[in-house]
Amino acid sequence: MIKVIKKYLPSGRSWVFSIPFIWLLLFFLLPFALVLKISFSSAVIAIPPYQPVVEFADNTLTLIFNLGNYLFLASDSLYIAAYWGSIKLAFISTLVALLIGYPMAYAMAKAKPSTQLVLLMLVMLPSWTSFLIRIYAWMGILGQQGLLNSFLLWIGIIDTPLRLMNTNIAVVIGIVYAYLPFMILPLYANLVKLDRSLLEAASDLGSRTINTFWRVTLPLSKGGIIAGSMLVFIPAVGEFVIPELLGGPGTLMIGKVLWEEFFNNRDWPVASALAIVMLLILIIPITLFHRYQSKELEKNG
Amino acid sequence: MVKLPKPGFSTIMLFLGLMFLYVPMLILVIYSFNASRLVTVWAGFSTHWYGELLRDQQLMNAIWTSLKIAFYSASMAVCIGTLAAFVMTRFHRFRGRTTLSSMITAPLVMPEVITGLSLLLLFVHMAQIIGWPQDRGVATIWIAHTTFCSAYVAVVVSSRLREVDLSIEEAAMDLGATPFKTFFLITLPMIAPALAAGWLLAFTLSLDDLVIASFVSGPGATTLPMVVFSSVRLGVSPKVNALATLIILAVSLAAFIAWYLLRRAEERRKQTLP
Repeated sequence: MIKVIKKYLPSGRSWVFSIPFIWLLLFFLLPFALVLKISFSSAVIAIPPYQPVVEFADNTLTLIFNLGNYLFLASDSLYIAAYWGSIKLAFISTLVALLIGYPMAYAMAKAKPSTQLVLLMLVMLPSWTSFLIRIYAWMGILGQQGLLNSFLLWIGIIDTPLRLMNTNIAVVIGIVYAYLPFMILPLYANLVKLDRSLLEAASDLGSRTINTFWRVTLPLSKGGIIAGSMLVFIPAVGEFVIPELLGGPGTLMIGKVLWEEFFNNRDWPVASALAIVMLLILIIPITLFHRYQSKELEKNG
Repeated sequence: MVKLPKPGFSTIMLFLGLMFLYVPMLILVIYSFNASRLVTVWAGFSTHWYGELLRDQQLMNAIWTSLKIAFYSASMAVCIGTLAAFVMTRFHRFRGRTTLSSMITAPLVMPEVITGLSLLLLFVHMAQIIGWPQDRGVATIWIAHTTFCSAYVAVVVSSRLREVDLSIEEAAMDLGATPFKTFFLITLPMIAPALAAGWLLAFTLSLDDLVIASFVSGPGATTLPMVVFSSVRLGVSPKVNALATLIILAVSLAAFIAWYLLRRAEERRKQTLP
């Protein structure tokens, strides 16, 4: 009798599996479905400020799909410019972060094992302090009378202060500064595992250092480059704090536009439609990142 | 043939890169001791702004709220993240594996505005259907933070779980321990450092989050980043510099202790090995 009951009760194994699964299903996947639903609604002055999509009254089930939000996004050049601006700035920032981060990760991987731990700590430490405050630090540096301009004027490189604050340059500096550790970490993890014997083989066969780097090291670190770049690019596309604090009126980024639609205009349906389109744009980079992550899991498993 | 050590291109870049990371924070710390309200003008040494900071009641309340949320979120995220990591590394071939692995890695890169908006809509729907949460605040921020922090915990813990020698767990099971007992007596002590690291990471991530908290919070709960953001938006203020200095000090101290403990553990492990 007990055996029969036990057979139908979930096993311990499925309990272990279902707790994280249900939590993530409920608080991660289901909310996206709701964003999709609300993106087909229209804004009204009420609490919550949108028209219900599914309605059941007088024995009739009404489903109203309002495509207006998407048509609105496509017709208004502001939104298209904001998407384009986000992708452009995120791409430039990712490239700059890669160009700075790769040599850094390379030098770290080459260092003595005891030094490596210290260097790793030094790279990670800034990302454990407040993100907001690290962006704030640049406000004092980049301003018209900021430290950078004072310094450049003092050493005599420039005669008139440069306009850096509230420009796209400031946004790129901010993104690179904030996300550099996330670029370095996967690159370092990849480069440190690199098989030294391959480099020695290349050198023994007469390959020059530069040549070995291009033909052996760089292709082997492709996985780290992809992971690091995606860890910078994807969050940078949706970034809100950096364009808000360092950017100016000319900085159009989609995270900021979404925030303003939501908090200032209280137009939840348009904000939802903006989020859905952003997700569609990011689906390729996210898949790329995910594929790399699962490959890593299998490799070590 | 002896090669003379000369700093290569990558070493110079590493040095410059670290300068790039640390100089802005150093400037923040220096200017927190500035007597002038203007950040660009040095008017002598003063600890005036630290006093101002401690007298700011709103800020102190926000710090307390943030610490409370970060503590609860980190603790819950360690539970969920560890379970997810355990499932991903120990169970192979089961239904829903791909879904779980996507759901656990996606929050790592998901733009915060999307996560924030989606969770807010969930809470609004929940309030309509089951009547909870009537007003958003600490509880809703806790759920939101737990969800994205568990992804980070899962990454940290799963990399440790993959390193652990499986034969010890197998030996315990062969000797008659239940899987449950094996996990608590064998696996858990072995992965404890990773759990601690994951907890600390989740704690700092939760303490730091502005965007998601702004979406899912109500009038009842204001976290520290929300207060800092509203003051920073109006321009540079030396009080924020003082706060930044205290945060940098606390994080450096914690990092130093972690580094010291890690090194000691490593040395001890080397000694016990034959």
